[in-house]
Amino acid sequence: MKIALPILIVLTVILLSYAGYMALSPNGAPTEQTMGNVQRIFYYHVPSAWTAFLLFFINFGASIYYLIKRSPAADIVALVSAEVGVVFCTIVLITGPIWARPVWGIWWTWDMRLTSTLVLWLIYVSYLVLRRFSSSGQTALLAAALAVFGALCVPFVYFSIWFFRTQHPQPVMGGGGSIDPRMLHVLLLNWLAFSCFAFLVCWARYRVEKLQRDVDEAHAMRSLMDLRNRRQQRSA
Amino acid sequence: MNRASDTGRSVSTSQVSAQQTRANLGHPASAVALKMAVQPAKGITRATLLKDLRLEWRSKDAINSMLFFSLLVVVVFSFSFDPSAEESRQIAGGLVWVAFLFASVVALNQTWARELRNQVLDAYRVSPAPPNSLFLAKALGNFVFVAVLEALMTPLFIAFYRLRALGPAWQLPIVAALGTWALVVNGTFFAAMSLRTRSREIMLPLLLFPISIPAILAMVQATTAILTDESSARFWIVLLVSYDLVFTTSCLLLFETVLNAE
Repeated sequence: MKIALPILIVLTVILLSYAGYMALSPNGAPTEQTMGNVQRIFYYHVPSAWTAFLLFFINFGASIYYLIKRSPAADIVALVSAEVGVVFCTIVLITGPIWARPVWGIWWTWDMRLTSTLVLWLIYVSYLVLRRFSSSGQTALLAAALAVFGALCVPFVYFSIWFFRTQHPQPVMGGGGSIDPRMLHVLLLNWLAFSCFAFLVCWARYRVEKLQRDVDEAHAMRSLMDLRNRRQQRSA
Repeated sequence: MNRASDTGRSVSTSQVSAQQTRANLGHPASAVALKMAVQPAKGITRATLLKDLRLEWRSKDAINSMLFFSLLVVVVFSFSFDPSAEESRQIAGGLVWVAFLFASVVALNQTWARELRNQVLDAYRVSPAPPNSLFLAKALGNFVFVAVLEALMTPLFIAFYRLRALGPAWQLPIVAALGTWALVVNGTFFAAMSLRTRSREIMLPLLLFPISIPAILAMVQATTAILTDESSARFWIVLLVSYDLVFTTSCLLLFETVLNAE
């Protein structure tokens, strides 16, 4: 375990820099004909979105597992994946308008994909708010219940807004759109790099959270022991 | 599995106690007790619901504050655009539901507050009564409150905004009932959840609104579709029905866990 973390860090740094080079240099991904270099933000936008969705899915799985088994580790995984997922979702919501302004001429539009990503972001932010505001003993259970509700809500968000309106470019995968194979290659490379990075951050965050809980538990135990010792002294 | 055996045990214990009550007392009330024991879940739901309705009938706390609140929303909105214009029909659906949504939070917030006094909720938790009947009673009670609010406010909306449904008006009550249930079933659940948090009055809308977004969208779009007759409301009604089914089921599955969260 101790050796795995540095290896993962080195691997992620190499992958991220190589993928970044491929995404930004014309030697890697070709420049898009109509949009020009602005299109290159696509290599950050889409992988971030996929990573965020993956993390939210992990959050759902971990929450279900926690509800069944009540394992504290699953609770930490759920917390960590929601936190990192919200960060990646925020990246998606920031890079989207940066791209949209020169290409569509507007910062934001209430299109299906934008709106549903925003709603997803809102749901998981409310999840984090609940975790922050609930008293420590019950947080895990309440948060797991809310995570299940949030995940159940996702298809409804998707269908309702899909019927509502759509303007976003057709999805690259399975949407009938065509993409240069070199662009697809760079995109997948970036996704791999971003997933590695997300995994690394999650891991670090998991260890911090685990240590924090251990410290809290030790504090609680010590104050209990102090109380008992004092009582014994008094009775003696 | 665990839940089924728990419910089974609770039925048998309350049956035994009811039989004892009948044998010992021979009082007319024992007949009620027996009836409640035979159908414990239904009896508890009905008893809690009637108690809440009676309390509300005597105090009228929730309904008065909701009515006044939504009246304020109507008046404030009337300053932000011309309410008599023909275009107001386009926004009326959204406006009506925003008023009801904010007003229903008032009722939802005090759902469980009453049970915290004198540790009623703790007593309920240690009793063998099935938690879901308590939940259903609370959700039905909130549904009644919000439905009464809607029934009282709708004439006012029609008068203030000169509303007239160009589409099939008989669909409006269906949309209202489904939409209200979508709000109150999740609202009751999240109100129980926010009981265990700091600053619980603020927590409820923070939890409820994001999850309710698809339902709110469906309600608003269905109402607008009916008022303007520009499109069919059928898709939105189907969406509301499935939303209600999915979330009622998950509330019933998870309520016991949330009620007993320690």
